[in-house]
Amino acid sequence: MVAALNRSLGRVPPWVLYVAGALPPLWFLWLGLSGGLGVEPIKALEHRLGELALQVFVLVLAVRPLREWTGINLMKQRRALGVLCFVYVALHLLVWLVLDVQFLDQIWADIVKRPYITVGMVAFLLMLPLAVTSNNLSLRRMGPKRWRSLHRLTYPAGVLGAVHFVMLAKGFQIESLIYLGIILGLLVLRLPRIERRKTARA
Amino acid sequence: MAGRYKSDLGWSDVTPKADWLNRRALMAGAGALALGAIAGPAAASLGAKKTDWGAGLEPNTFEDITSYNNFYEFGTDKGDPARYASALTTDPWSVEIDGLVDRPGAYGLEDILSKVTLEERIYRLRCVERWSMVVPWVGFELADLLEMAGVQAGAKYVAFETALRPDEMRGVSYPVIDWPYREGLRLDEAMHPLTIMATGLYDEPMPNQNGAPIRLVVPWKYGYKSIKSVVRISLTDTQPVTAWNAYSAKEYGFYSNVNPNRDHPRWSQKYERKVGGGLFAKQVETLMFNGYEAEVADLYAGMDLIEFH
Repeated sequence: MVAALNRSLGRVPPWVLYVAGALPPLWFLWLGLSGGLGVEPIKALEHRLGELALQVFVLVLAVRPLREWTGINLMKQRRALGVLCFVYVALHLLVWLVLDVQFLDQIWADIVKRPYITVGMVAFLLMLPLAVTSNNLSLRRMGPKRWRSLHRLTYPAGVLGAVHFVMLAKGFQIESLIYLGIILGLLVLRLPRIERRKTARA
Repeated sequence: MAGRYKSDLGWSDVTPKADWLNRRALMAGAGALALGAIAGPAAASLGAKKTDWGAGLEPNTFEDITSYNNFYEFGTDKGDPARYASALTTDPWSVEIDGLVDRPGAYGLEDILSKVTLEERIYRLRCVERWSMVVPWVGFELADLLEMAGVQAGAKYVAFETALRPDEMRGVSYPVIDWPYREGLRLDEAMHPLTIMATGLYDEPMPNQNGAPIRLVVPWKYGYKSIKSVVRISLTDTQPVTAWNAYSAKEYGFYSNVNPNRDHPRWSQKYERKVGGGLFAKQVETLMFNGYEAEVADLYAGMDLIEFH
């Protein structure tokens, strides 16, 4: 059954993922415009997009353990998922800039003065080179080794994203801690691989 | 005593009930998902005395006020109080008044209400999270209640406590703050005619998610000072412990006066956005003391409002 699933997954071209990935933000936007996000839709839209990015990030990190434990192979889709994650983060940032904070001086003051915003911005900046090089041409030009080591920026970016969520909570709140816990857990799972890589090099 | 406070906010500025009920029907018709759990049907009118104040302020709709709440006892999501606060038993209800008073004891809500005149008070509400509303509260001055209990000469502060009922409040099983929720005022702030105990809004009994059956409203302070579902009021001679100040004194001061010049460490307080403006609502400048500077500034004459934030 897993083999059949993998065969059909293998036949899914990336553009299908991109089209499907465009649906949730469009749905949130529609909800925001139609009253479905409640009486304060700006914050709701911002939070939904941020949380969606974290969820896709968790999925990206889970691709390898999923293959190892269940045999389900999403490796071919992983890059598209990563790009979608970046798009959601960028939209989250855009909503914050344009709809939420609105004033340029306030935006800059927030980035410099507010630790949780600073952390979120750093995470976004770390994702930029990853998004730019998420294509075959860059992979060929850089060579797989350099490309792979650049793309390890994924890990700090994701951790900072989750920390950003934890830091903005008022009081002790469990949801953001769960995301951070899952992401750290998935990173710990990769430690043996990193160790193997080191010994292989040594 | 009702009618002590005169202001320029007028009854005519309140959205007529027919209009907000209409809007409610429209929103429901549009299939607004989040609105399913709004507190029950329109209850009997409280017949609050219409006061003569309020030009220029447009009250938020009943939906705005009852679907977007911070009442962490029922969960930290803005929609949680509307979803879950119906579990709170509000009748019977009594408020324990103790400490430095002549007549300590349990004051039944019915008993209190028989001795006061309910007034409509249209106030701005400014949350520390940078959103705001205008609410047509119904209530009476806290001073009236404190006079019933007889404040003793040595009293300097008033401490308040919210009900803590794990069986009815699903949010208190999480240690979001150190429960029960506690707040406090200096005695002169508590006796100020702007400070009220509210028992309703839009001339209806207080919806549970807004702090039924009786809550504090201090319009020149950030919203979290206006403690909900009050079960205890204590007169003290020392500054009482307050919930958010105990959680993080740097972020939440004892005074917590609305002050655009003193930023919260995690966000600026210069602007706010009025709830209900949709996806493209503009930010507006926050006013010193939330627009009540003329009324309350002299309470803080000579005080450094940055240090004593």
